[in-house]
Amino acid sequence: MTTEILMPALSPTMEEGTLAKWLVKEGDEVSSGDILAEIETDKATMEFEAVDEGTIGKILIDAGTEGVKVNTPIAVLLEEGESASDIDSGAKAAPASEAPAADSGASLDDTDTAKPMSTQPAASVPEPEPVEDPEVPEGTTFKSQTVREALRDAMAEEMRSDEAVFVMGEEVAEYEGAYKVTQGLLDEFGAKRVIDTPITEHGFAGLATGAAMGTLRPIVEFMTFNFAMQAIDHILNTAAKTRYMSGGQMSVPVVFRGPNGAAARVAAQHSQDYAAWYAQIPGLHVAMPYSAADAKGLLKTAIKGDTPVVFLENELLYGQSFEVPELDDYAIPFGKARIWQKGDDVTIVSFGIGMKYALEAAELLGKDGISAEVIDLRTLRPMDTKTVIESVKKTNRCVTVEEGWPTPSIGSYISSVLMQQAFDYLDAPVINCTGKDVPMPYAANLEKHALVTTDEVIEAVKTVTYK
Amino acid sequence: MATAKSAKKSNTSKEELLEYYREMLLIRRFEEKAGQLYGMGLIGGFCHLYIGQEAVVVGLEAAADEGDKRVTSYRDHGHMLACGMDPKGVMAELTGREGGYSKGKGGSMHMFSTEKHFYGGHGIVGAQVPIGAGLAFADKYLGNDRVTFTYFGDGAANQGQVAETYNMAELWDLPVVFVIENNQYAMGTAVKRSTKSPSLWERGAAYGIEGEEVDGMDVLAVKAAGEKAIAHCRAGKGPYILEMKTYRYRGHSMSDPAKYRTREEVQKMRDEKDPIENVRDLLLQGKHASEDDLKAVDKEIKQIVNEAAEFARESPEPSLDELWTDIYA
Ligand SMILES: Cc1ncc(C[n+]2csc(CCOP(=O)(O)OP(=O)(O)O)c2C)c(N)n1
Ligand SMILES: [Mg+2]
Repeated sequence: MTTEILMPALSPTMEEGTLAKWLVKEGDEVSSGDILAEIETDKATMEFEAVDEGTIGKILIDAGTEGVKVNTPIAVLLEEGESASDIDSGAKAAPASEAPAADSGASLDDTDTAKPMSTQPAASVPEPEPVEDPEVPEGTTFKSQTVREALRDAMAEEMRSDEAVFVMGEEVAEYEGAYKVTQGLLDEFGAKRVIDTPITEHGFAGLATGAAMGTLRPIVEFMTFNFAMQAIDHILNTAAKTRYMSGGQMSVPVVFRGPNGAAARVAAQHSQDYAAWYAQIPGLHVAMPYSAADAKGLLKTAIKGDTPVVFLENELLYGQSFEVPELDDYAIPFGKARIWQKGDDVTIVSFGIGMKYALEAAELLGKDGISAEVIDLRTLRPMDTKTVIESVKKTNRCVTVEEGWPTPSIGSYISSVLMQQAFDYLDAPVINCTGKDVPMPYAANLEKHALVTTDEVIEAVKTVTYK
Repeated sequence: MATAKSAKKSNTSKEELLEYYREMLLIRRFEEKAGQLYGMGLIGGFCHLYIGQEAVVVGLEAAADEGDKRVTSYRDHGHMLACGMDPKGVMAELTGREGGYSKGKGGSMHMFSTEKHFYGGHGIVGAQVPIGAGLAFADKYLGNDRVTFTYFGDGAANQGQVAETYNMAELWDLPVVFVIENNQYAMGTAVKRSTKSPSLWERGAAYGIEGEEVDGMDVLAVKAAGEKAIAHCRAGKGPYILEMKTYRYRGHSMSDPAKYRTREEVQKMRDEKDPIENVRDLLLQGKHASEDDLKAVDKEIKQIVNEAAEFARESPEPSLDELWTDIYA
């Protein structure tokens, strides 16, 4: 029986790729480990190796073909004793033919780079013009940028304007970031200011904190915030408290940034949302942007400021494109929410990737005649509860959405604020949509259920609006 | 699958060589199959293959006795196969199915087996090192003479908790073998870009821990070093460090464009140092086996791996109730 060689998924997010080059030709004998072809994904060219041994009987997809879908047969392998004439009869029985297509839930590898997914956040949601964005003067032009590019630009702009700003972390320099957020920075700023560290988070987070006391402005990239747990002592006990403990003498202008929250299928130790953890700490500022414009504007503010900042990004958002204002120095103040969509019936409050569910739900609810006001908190400390309260005074109902665990959550805090400051305006108890109260499972079906879903948000809105 | 743990350990018999060949080949073919299933979308998330490093776990398992323990990082498939865990259960965990070792909840990086004394499968770089020392602490406390193999990478060696653990392990004479799998890269970072220490095992000296460097591509050298380390631990002399010089052929994980090393470098290792080819040569040159004998082994392994893959595809997804189980005792 001949074996079909299928177009491989070379990252968890890959759906199609370019078959750039064949390194074998028909008639070549191959054994496992031999490189068969070079395949381009959107971010990298990868080598594709043979698994089985045999002879290349037929090449089905020519070199240079773009948009080859994962799991498409690209060649036929003949086993010992088979010849090309066996191909037509046998090829269909190839082992992979019953394989399901790559799981469509986007996920990333340590070394991967995100790309927009059809199933991912804003892709399916029409991008509303920001309803309120006082930082952008009238007449400003916009350009489409990914969150990844916006973050990189924010760092590059601040590095250009202030010699004291530098970046350090694992794989940030030569590899240009495990998720390619620091792309191009080593080239432009050199090894003095873009520094690869050993895998030693507790050490380099402390070192950066010390460098900040020494008047530098470090940007520390954690490969993901899961690994910042190694370093949380310095974030909490040193960076956040030093100004206070020194009676205001000493500033610690350090930014701790990196992806936070679940990616996909990376299981319990690599999938958690630390929003509520860091939002609890006095002395820290905490940002968790959703859009590229906010990522850029908030990161610039974080780097310029003298307060230590925890800046929570999201791997699945890195490849998402948004409109970013073309301004020389687009800095967004902390503590100001963005109203994405005006509405009358319910206030949906979210932040970070939670906005994906909030906006999707709002759109679907709109079709059902329920008008939702959608608020992106953008920063969690300080938190713009005033905007939330004002909105709830109008809608009288509130649903919060976040990826993190429920007890306690950002949503439970907002509920308490509303109870204390808008009690008389509430027509229904606030509902908090959160991730489930479990460690993140690996299995695809369980993971889907562990995350907060758009359906749950819709359900919650219908409950608070008694629809 | 390491079965004959009590096999003779001194001179290398034909049977031993054949066993090492089988076990290393099982790991390699299993990993290649895992790579293939990943390419087909049946495995998701992170998947770190062990191809190239097979001699390390196979050699050390040959030196270990029943009841000895092992703990490692996310690059754990080889360790599990070598200590006798069922390839079907491992593969089904990779596909996230009910038949997997963690019922699909753990995935590639997080599997465990109390039966085989395999304590994971850990995703946080360096975290398994104090855990290994803790297992050894428990054995010493309970008064048995078991030894724990604590595996970690060259990159992990720089984590603070490794230094902290060295100090405690020597202070309390814990029966733990620290196995540094120096495959020369931590993701895209070559060892010399992360430390100026000339060797990693020598750091133990600062805490009074003995150790040595081992050719981790040579299963016989690994086994011999493992025996020495185990004897040291069982004699109550405390921990021992083995720095295994090895090499990973594949990317760090599945989607590593590998710009940090040349194709030639990888090819040279494969051509000159391959642990499986080494044993194959020994078998053929020593006239212990014919080409046909080895082909029969290959076939048998292929069969085991195909059955594992079949099982991993057929096994159902975990029931949704599983989301809420196994959280509290
Ligand atoms: C604390 C922590 N920091 C960073 C990572 C991301 N990461 C995963 S593997 C890895 C490289 C580890 O290299 P090494 O210890 O040499 O092991 P190898 O992968 O070579 O087996 C990194 C940086 C992590 N999982 N945990
Ligand atoms: Mg390594």
